[in-house]
Amino acid sequence: MITIIVGGAPASGKTGVLKHVIRYLQLQQHYPAVCKIDCIQSNDKEDYKSLNIPVIQGLSLNICPDHFLATNIIDIFEWGKTQKATHLFMETAGLCNRCAPFINRALNICVIDSMGSIKGPEKLGPLVSTADILVLAKFDLVSQAEREVLTHHLSLLNPEAFIIEVNGLSGFGVQRLAKYILNKGQSVDSLEEDQLRYSMPAANCSYCVGEIRIGRNYQQGIINRIIFEEEVEE
Amino acid sequence: MLKKLEILGGYDKHGGKESVKSLVLEKGNIYTIVGKTGSGKTQLIEDIESLNNGEGITKRTILIDGVIPDDSFHQGYRSQFIAHLSQNMNYILDMPVVEFLKLRNSLQGHNNLEGSPDKLLATANMLAGEEIQPFQLLTRLSGGQSRALMIADVALNSKAPVILIDEVENAGIDRIKAMSLLIGQEKIVLVVTHDPLLALYGNKRIVLKHGGICHIIERTNEEKLLLNKLTNTHDAMETMRKLIRNGESIKGVNYIGI
Repeated sequence: MITIIVGGAPASGKTGVLKHVIRYLQLQQHYPAVCKIDCIQSNDKEDYKSLNIPVIQGLSLNICPDHFLATNIIDIFEWGKTQKATHLFMETAGLCNRCAPFINRALNICVIDSMGSIKGPEKLGPLVSTADILVLAKFDLVSQAEREVLTHHLSLLNPEAFIIEVNGLSGFGVQRLAKYILNKGQSVDSLEEDQLRYSMPAANCSYCVGEIRIGRNYQQGIINRIIFEEEVEE
Repeated sequence: MLKKLEILGGYDKHGGKESVKSLVLEKGNIYTIVGKTGSGKTQLIEDIESLNNGEGITKRTILIDGVIPDDSFHQGYRSQFIAHLSQNMNYILDMPVVEFLKLRNSLQGHNNLEGSPDKLLATANMLAGEEIQPFQLLTRLSGGQSRALMIADVALNSKAPVILIDEVENAGIDRIKAMSLLIGQEKIVLVVTHDPLLALYGNKRIVLKHGGICHIIERTNEEKLLLNKLTNTHDAMETMRKLIRNGESIKGVNYIGI
C-alpha cells in the first residue's frame, strides 16, 4: 500500500484537489482510502464518502493535529491494509505551519493556496521544504507572471520538489498529479520505525494542559518570550 | 524549441473512438477551441499540458515534433509548458507595476530585452484603453489594464511554447491587436472562446463534443470575408467606445462608418 500525506494551510484546497485525484485513481482501477485528521468537527468525511471509498475521520480535539497524526499513523496504516486499499491518503488539518506531518515512507504533498502564498511562501516553512510534491491550488485566479515568480521562489525553498498547478474545481492538472503519484509512490508493508521529516515543536507549558488565565503567575514549563528591540539596545 | 505538436485521437466520454485521428498544431498559428460546457475543452488542454502518452481518461497521445517526449522534456520548461490566461485571473501583489516587472526579469535569470519593463509597458499600453502608469500598484489596475499587461507579459516574457487563452472577452482591451501580438511570437496559441469574432480569427477551429474532438474546421474564404466585416464592426465599436469614454457626443448615424 502506498501512503500519501497531504498537508497545507486551512482552506487551501486540499480536499478539492484530493477528491479529483481519488476519482482519477478509481477510473484506473485502484482502490484509494482516506483518513481525514481534523481538530474540530468537519463535514469532509461525508464529502469523501460520496466517492464510495473507505473513510475514517480522526478528531485531535485539544491536541495538535500533527502530534495526533504522529501517534496514530501506524494504526491508520493498519486500518488501510484491512480495507485492502492500494493508496492510503491522510489529509491533515492545516494549522500553524511550525512543523510538517510528513514521513519518509510516504509521498508527501503540500497544497498551497496560490492567492495567499504569493507574498511569502517561506512562511509555510517545513511544510514546503520537506514535501515531495508542491501543489499550487487556485492558480486560475492568479496572473501567469505572478505564478512564475511564486514557482521560482518555491523551487529555491525546495529544489527537489515536483511543482504542479492544479485547479480543485475543474480538475485541471489532476491527471499529471495522479500520474506522478502512480509512478513515484513506493508501496510499503509497515510504517514501524519510520521517521518524521521534521521535528514537532518543543512546547509543554501550562496553556498546553488547559490553563486559560493570562499572567506570569500562571505560566510554567517551556516558555519563549518575545524580544523587544528596546531591550536589546539597553 | 518545439515546432509542432500532434494530438493522436483517443476515446470520448461514451467510450467511442474520436472521429479525428490526428491533429497537428504548428507555431505561429491560432487554434480556437469551441464546444458546450462539459464538452471536454479543459480535458483537451490538460492532455496537452501533461503530454499524455496514450494513458489517462481520453487515451490521447501527444507527439512533440513527431515523437513521444521523454520524462525530461517537461523540466526544460520548468513546469511551464502552457502559459495560461483567463478572465478570472488577477494580480495579487500590492507592488508598483515597474517594480514587479523588474523583479520578474531578475528571476528569469536572463536579460531578455524583449521583456524589459519599458517595452512591456509600452506593449501593454497599446492594448489597454487607459495608459498604465509605471508606479501604479498592480492591484489597482483596471480590468482592461490587468488583462493588457498579462497578455503583453505572456507574449514577450513567457518561455512556454504554448499559450492558452480562456474566454478573454469583454475585457476592455483591443482583442484583435492582442491576437496579432501573440501570433507574432512564434508560439502555438489556443483560444477557448464563444465569441464569433475570436473564433473566426483562428486558422482552425477544434470542435469538441462528449469529451472527444469531433471536427476540425478550416476557416473558409467566406468566413474570412465575414471576419473582415466583423472586424470593421469591431473597429466601429472601438471608435464609439473611445468617443464615449472621452465624453464626446456621437453625431449622426453615419459618423463612425458602420
